[in-house]
Amino acid sequence: MTKQRVELNVNGEIHEIQVEPRKLLAYALRDECGLTGTHVGCDSSSCGCCVVVLDGETPVKSCTMFAVQAEGHDITTVEGLAQGGQLHPLQQGFWDQHGLQCGYCTPGMLMTSYAMLKEYPEPTEEDVRKFLSGNLCRCTGYNNIVKAVLQAAKALGAEKSEPETTAADD
Amino acid sequence: MFPAAFDYLRAHSIEEAAAALSQHGGDARILAGGQSLIPAMRFRLARPTVLVDIGSLRDLVYLREESGFLRVGAMTTDARLERDKDVRARYALLTETSDVVADPVVRHKGTVVGSLCHNDPAGDWAAAALASRAIMVVRGPSGERDVPIDEFIVDSFTTAVQEGEIAVEVRFPTPSARTSGAYEKIERKVGDYATAAAAVQLTLADDGTIAQAGVAITALGPFAMRVTEAERLLLGQRPSEDLFRAAAEEAYRLADPNPDTRGSAEYKKNMARILVARGLARTSSKLHA
Ligand SMILES: Cc1cc2nc3c(=O)[nH]c(=O)nc-3n(C[C@H](O)[C@H](O)[C@H](O)COP(=O)(O)OP(=O)(O)OC[C@H]3O[C@@H](n4cnc5c(N)ncnc54)[C@H](O)[C@@H]3O)c2cc1C
Ligand code: FES
Ligand code: FES
Repeated sequence: MTKQRVELNVNGEIHEIQVEPRKLLAYALRDECGLTGTHVGCDSSSCGCCVVVLDGETPVKSCTMFAVQAEGHDITTVEGLAQGGQLHPLQQGFWDQHGLQCGYCTPGMLMTSYAMLKEYPEPTEEDVRKFLSGNLCRCTGYNNIVKAVLQAAKALGAEKSEPETTAADD
Repeated sequence: MFPAAFDYLRAHSIEEAAAALSQHGGDARILAGGQSLIPAMRFRLARPTVLVDIGSLRDLVYLREESGFLRVGAMTTDARLERDKDVRARYALLTETSDVVADPVVRHKGTVVGSLCHNDPAGDWAAAALASRAIMVVRGPSGERDVPIDEFIVDSFTTAVQEGEIAVEVRFPTPSARTSGAYEKIERKVGDYATAAAAVQLTLADDGTIAQAGVAITALGPFAMRVTEAERLLLGQRPSEDLFRAAAEEAYRLADPNPDTRGSAEYKKNMARILVARGLARTSSKLHA
């Protein structure tokens, strides 16, 4: 089958790639764009390791979307979180709260949480648990992941209200 | 696993999508949210040679109440419905259903209409649509037709949508003030298809008797089914535990599930009875609250 030219806008950068229409977005990001932060876990739509964010707000499983479908959308991957060498508050939260063990599920956890915080800037623990319920972690349990997201929400809130002060206490 | 190769067409209008479907015949499929179709293609359960992507048709994204119906456009996602304040305030059955379809990430892409068109024997929306008397709007070369959900569901994975046709909308009748409903689902984990599930919607008349009843079950037969005998028993009666038990018995009788890793056939049949009874009791308590 013939390849076609697809333009992917990933983390603000245009990647011009040649792929067959059946190329799934997760694989296009990894193989064609060299962005291997997006993980493929179950490869069958159910673990959430491959979540990326479309248009700044919509979490999607990139193993269940073709790269051709993503043309025309802004894609944010885990590589797009840190800015200027500075960890994103979510990444800092996972670091501080020990929200990972092997780290395989972490990119998906981060990206789903990133989308959630756009929608619920002040989430309750229940919101976090509910929103992340489609993301599976096989080794660390979810408590520290939830703590990490709540810390990030607090830090982002503080950033917004008082630009001078830094991360909230824990 | 990668799906078999196919040609990809991005539709820019409903007409263009319909024309592409007619041109390519039986091997062409619509791609909406892709949350059922792409997994099916990866497992090679589906091998369409042409995909017509309707994902960028913004005019199919809407959710509005009009002339007695909640009209849900074909590209309206589960997440959009789940978050709508008016839906949450008045459409109890739809709210409870949208909260448990797949997982929160999948709901951002999957559409209500896509789920109904896929018509999985364990689909949640099919049961909710049956219990609330939904109508599908299907557009084809010779115009638009309304298809009641009972006729829309033809067999497992088979609907009344014909070659060259597109489902453009699902319409749920707007419930009256004395209407409520419930969705009861047993699942192994979030994002799993139902082991068994039941959808219930009841409307009370001024004298407190049941004026309208919708009862449907899913994952309990070859496709989602309306429990007609249960509805017949409920009509004109006053809500009571005995009445609900008798209605639930009809769900037990109708259920014809396959045994699988989720449970034996007898277990699931028993769940049909329990879920319908629970749904009726909860609906009734909401109506009397
Ligand atoms: C991890 C996971 C868990 C899931 N859990 C559940 C669950 O618990 N309960 C449940 O009910 N579902 C579940 N699903 C399935 C999924 O939620 C729905 O079936 C899905 O949302 C279908 O909508 P879609 O827009 O993605 O359709 P698609 O996958 O794009 O299409 C599905 C089928 O319908 C056809 N189609 C789509 N739109 C139209 C249209 N407008 N006109 C004509 N034909 C059309 C397509 O050609 C295709 O054959 C799950 C899916 C995943 C990936
Ligand atoms: S790899 Fe995509 S959901 Fe598991
Ligand atoms: S940290 Fe290992 S899978 Fe989650």
